[in-house]
Amino acid sequence: MKFKSVFDIIGPVMIGPSSSHTAGAARIGRVARDLFGRQPKWAKIHLYGSFAETYKGHSTDVAIVGGLLDYDTFDERIKTAFEEAEKLGLDYEFIPETGHVDHPNTARIVIGDEKSEMSMMGISIGGGKIEITELNGFPLRLSGNHPAILVVHDDRSGCIANVANCLYKYDINIGHMEVSRKERGDMALMVIEVDQTVDVEVMGELRELPNITQVTRIAD
Amino acid sequence: MDVLFRNVRELVERAEKEGKLISEIMIEQEMLITDRSREDIMQQMERNLTVMEEAVEKGLQGVHSVSGLTGGDAVLLQKYMQQGNSLSGDLLLDAVSKAVATNEVNAAMGTICATPTAGSAGVVPGTLFAVKNKLNPTREQMIRYLFTSGAFGFVVANNASISGAAGGCQAEVGSAAAMASAAIIEMAGGTPQQSSEAFAITLKNMLGLVCDPVAGLVEVPCVKRNAMGASNAVVAADMALAGVTSRIPCDEVISAMFEIGQAMPSAFRETAKGGLAATPTGKWLESKIFGGSVVGSGQ
Repeated sequence: MKFKSVFDIIGPVMIGPSSSHTAGAARIGRVARDLFGRQPKWAKIHLYGSFAETYKGHSTDVAIVGGLLDYDTFDERIKTAFEEAEKLGLDYEFIPETGHVDHPNTARIVIGDEKSEMSMMGISIGGGKIEITELNGFPLRLSGNHPAILVVHDDRSGCIANVANCLYKYDINIGHMEVSRKERGDMALMVIEVDQTVDVEVMGELRELPNITQVTRIAD
Repeated sequence: MDVLFRNVRELVERAEKEGKLISEIMIEQEMLITDRSREDIMQQMERNLTVMEEAVEKGLQGVHSVSGLTGGDAVLLQKYMQQGNSLSGDLLLDAVSKAVATNEVNAAMGTICATPTAGSAGVVPGTLFAVKNKLNPTREQMIRYLFTSGAFGFVVANNASISGAAGGCQAEVGSAAAMASAAIIEMAGGTPQQSSEAFAITLKNMLGLVCDPVAGLVEVPCVKRNAMGASNAVVAADMALAGVTSRIPCDEVISAMFEIGQAMPSAFRETAKGGLAATPTGKWLESKIFGGSVVGSGQ
């Protein structure tokens, strides 16, 4: 079931005009910001399908930039996100694409700064709900509705067990988990949605585990 | 995932077997799924109710969108009602004006609560705050109105779609109107089965409705479709309370809506490429708003 809570239907509280094209877009931007872990310096935003056709009218562009600045769907600052971005030193560019995608409301967000860059694909599935479908080339499915941990690691035996054991030690329950890899023995990704928030201590311990390259968390 | 209902049939059966309101089943399921307390859930819904109230109030004072395409109609309707000559009746026009008020606020980038989406956010509060004057509900009953709407919306969202880009306007305003209709029944003291009938009757009459926003803006025809969605909801609720039933069961109407949405060409699914958006006036408005640059050309 894609929609789990009554507040997916009666909600979100948001700045208009469109739940999928404004609120959903803001959420996609905000998850990208969360995954990147800090405010990016630049953003290239590729829009597909209905996003590409109607983004100006729905303020999809303003909303995504607002999300990248960490604004929630109901944050009044979304209206002036372009001005805020200029003040905060975020360069952005929108690229409407004509290529076919599976979902009509799709955005690929490539963000970065002098240290690193990241690519993420998000879809807005209606009523403000979103899913993240790709991260740095890894296919995944992440709702952004629950706290989640993303672990980039080498594809070696024991990695998944070690991470699960560590979460068990801190009494953190796994609600949903997906693992994927680029090629056997190559780089791999764990996406773990959990029921409790994950604190800094747990994050630190996860990073110390063997064959783990990167650990990121997304707050609720 | 364990849920208390997956379709309307299960929802109605459970409510009738346990002698509970549909809103109560929705609250219980929310507690079950999210592990949150009843109090917490009720409070969050009350906050949403307050946002809806404030949006209606703001809209009734008169707002205008940046494009200038929409605004001020809620005020016109209220003034007209005050003259006392309305043909369709004050409750119906009140619902219509309050639905319009909400969507005018939405179009003006104001704060609203999506129900189930922003483009269809007028119908549920519009009908609620109109029916309220007739039925004098408690605050809790008003909150329950939103849970009942939510229960039906939950089924549509999971079994069909509530996205205009995926299923056309029937999936947005169609769903919203049907949800509101079911909620009116509960507030008016009707049975869970009557809620289901009202939902089916409403949605049946919005099947096939395309999503063809002029210039891609959630304004024309969205605001007026919310108006008509609200009136559909009120009339269908009266029909169901009178004992009229739907020959096609609720869940099958929802399936039909999904199927129609799947078959709908993309020009009619929120791309601003067909229908009213593609009329000469629609195109002219588009070029006027965006200063000659034609959004939707894909170039």
